[in-house]
Amino acid sequence: MSRQDWIGFAYLICASLFIIGLKRLSSPATARSGNRLAAVGMTFAIVATLFDERVVSYGWIAVGAVIGGAAGAIGARKVKMTAMPQMVALFNGFGGGAAALVALADYHDSIGAPGNIPAKIIVSILFSAVVGSVSFSGSMIAFGKLQEVISGSPVTLPGQRVITAALFAVVLVLCAILATGHESLPLLAVTMVIALILGIQMVMAIGGADMPVVISLLNAFTGLATASTGFVLSNNVLIIAGTLVGASGTLLTQLMGKAMNRTIANVVFGAFGTGGGPAGAVVGPAGGQVRSGTADDLAVMLAYARRVVIVPGYGLAVAQAQHNVRELADVLERRGVDVRYAIHPVAGRMPGHMNVLLAEADVPYTQLHEMDDINPDFPRTDVSLVIGANDVVNPAAKNTPGSPIYGMPVLNVEQSTAVIVLKRSMNTGFAGIENELFYDPRTTMLFGDAKESVAALTAAVKSA
Amino acid sequence: MSESLLIELTVFVLAAFVGIEVISKVPTTLHTPLMSGTNAIHGVVIVGAILVAGADRGPLTTVLGTVAVAFGASNVVGGFVVTDRMLEMFKKRPSEREPADE
Repeated sequence: MSRQDWIGFAYLICASLFIIGLKRLSSPATARSGNRLAAVGMTFAIVATLFDERVVSYGWIAVGAVIGGAAGAIGARKVKMTAMPQMVALFNGFGGGAAALVALADYHDSIGAPGNIPAKIIVSILFSAVVGSVSFSGSMIAFGKLQEVISGSPVTLPGQRVITAALFAVVLVLCAILATGHESLPLLAVTMVIALILGIQMVMAIGGADMPVVISLLNAFTGLATASTGFVLSNNVLIIAGTLVGASGTLLTQLMGKAMNRTIANVVFGAFGTGGGPAGAVVGPAGGQVRSGTADDLAVMLAYARRVVIVPGYGLAVAQAQHNVRELADVLERRGVDVRYAIHPVAGRMPGHMNVLLAEADVPYTQLHEMDDINPDFPRTDVSLVIGANDVVNPAAKNTPGSPIYGMPVLNVEQSTAVIVLKRSMNTGFAGIENELFYDPRTTMLFGDAKESVAALTAAVKSA
Repeated sequence: MSESLLIELTVFVLAAFVGIEVISKVPTTLHTPLMSGTNAIHGVVIVGAILVAGADRGPLTTVLGTVAVAFGASNVVGGFVVTDRMLEMFKKRPSEREPADE
């Protein structure tokens, strides 16, 4: 066996480790080992590549690896759990950027060589370059929006769709020119710049609430760009790993879309969540009266309830209140109250995000209930405690056909005997629409920072 | 169509089926770590970046390759570390675990 054969064999082992790793990610008990297995596979792939005959100097590889590796490690260690979604976006963007740069370099070398570039190579290069660029710039904008460096509301230019379509058409035409024998490095560079603008344009127009779906979609994009790089280099581990990510990312994107009852096309082109005009005049059944209470009043309601369901939302995450919430739950449980958590599929900012935050606070995952499991129990619930959640408990999704969120599955908190809503202010949620739940006569609001409110409730329950 | 392209397309299609098959069984709870984990895996594009950066084919290629290696490395390292941090959180309450150990 030649040296290249051995490397190919090592790649086969890496690909297997990636697949086994993903498989193990499907259960909480084995997930961590699955991730580590995939990391071992990655180390293997990188080491094997260093032995490749085409690698003749190591200096610059080391420079890049040290800078990038250190930045990644520090970023990943320092990031708060609430900021994870944007961190994933950032790393995803870098992956896309890497694929695009590799494509550009490969193109540069290919046009230097005599003869025409084979069709397979040029098509793969163009795909990696364009999709990688879109993923890079799109991910950076998604990062900016989630980090709130850029406005979370959709920024649309007049004729938004026409501009997007035109940019896309220009990219396609340029690719066609490049693919049909016109060899020009500057032209590919221009194509990539337009692809970068296309990525910015597309994601700027999407509201902050839809960013998880966008990140998931861009994750799939980067996967496909990686697979395409594999076609350029005839490298099976890139094809397999990239395709795995492309397939899983697409599936995950559909799942998230389904949870919000929106198609991917609707997310990308809908410019939803403008936060501007209210979607139809929302007047509560009681004529729009909002009732707010003190922590002491509400603590009594909680302390003497039999069944309490806690509905955590992004507000809880922002306020870092997960530990306080667990303390409150512990205090209630000690009094004999049955406490459970109702987790909406898109609670927080990504599916499963809330589970991670609560797990961080040592809430056992047996207490966390998914929407479909707990929805039938709301009529038998004494108090629903909504902490920093809004759109996922908005009854408009069920009974206001004109509402932008109409049809989105929501938690039926309004069916419980009483509802307590902890919220910073009467501002609308991420989707930018009013919530009639707050005007329901069964609802009592407690305004303020979620962490302080929960702490006040805990103290009051202790003395109740 | 060349034989190698045919083999690569076969690998591509089979990998797509494996990806869908493996992923479709993941519970909602693990979607975020899954997204993060797959995000780390596509960092394998660093392999392509290493081949470019180490090939010694002129300054432009080396510069592009080096930046690509840096991007890829941050994707790989950051991706796996963030995922590990998330998954570290998934544990049962210690009091529940202890009796099971006895």
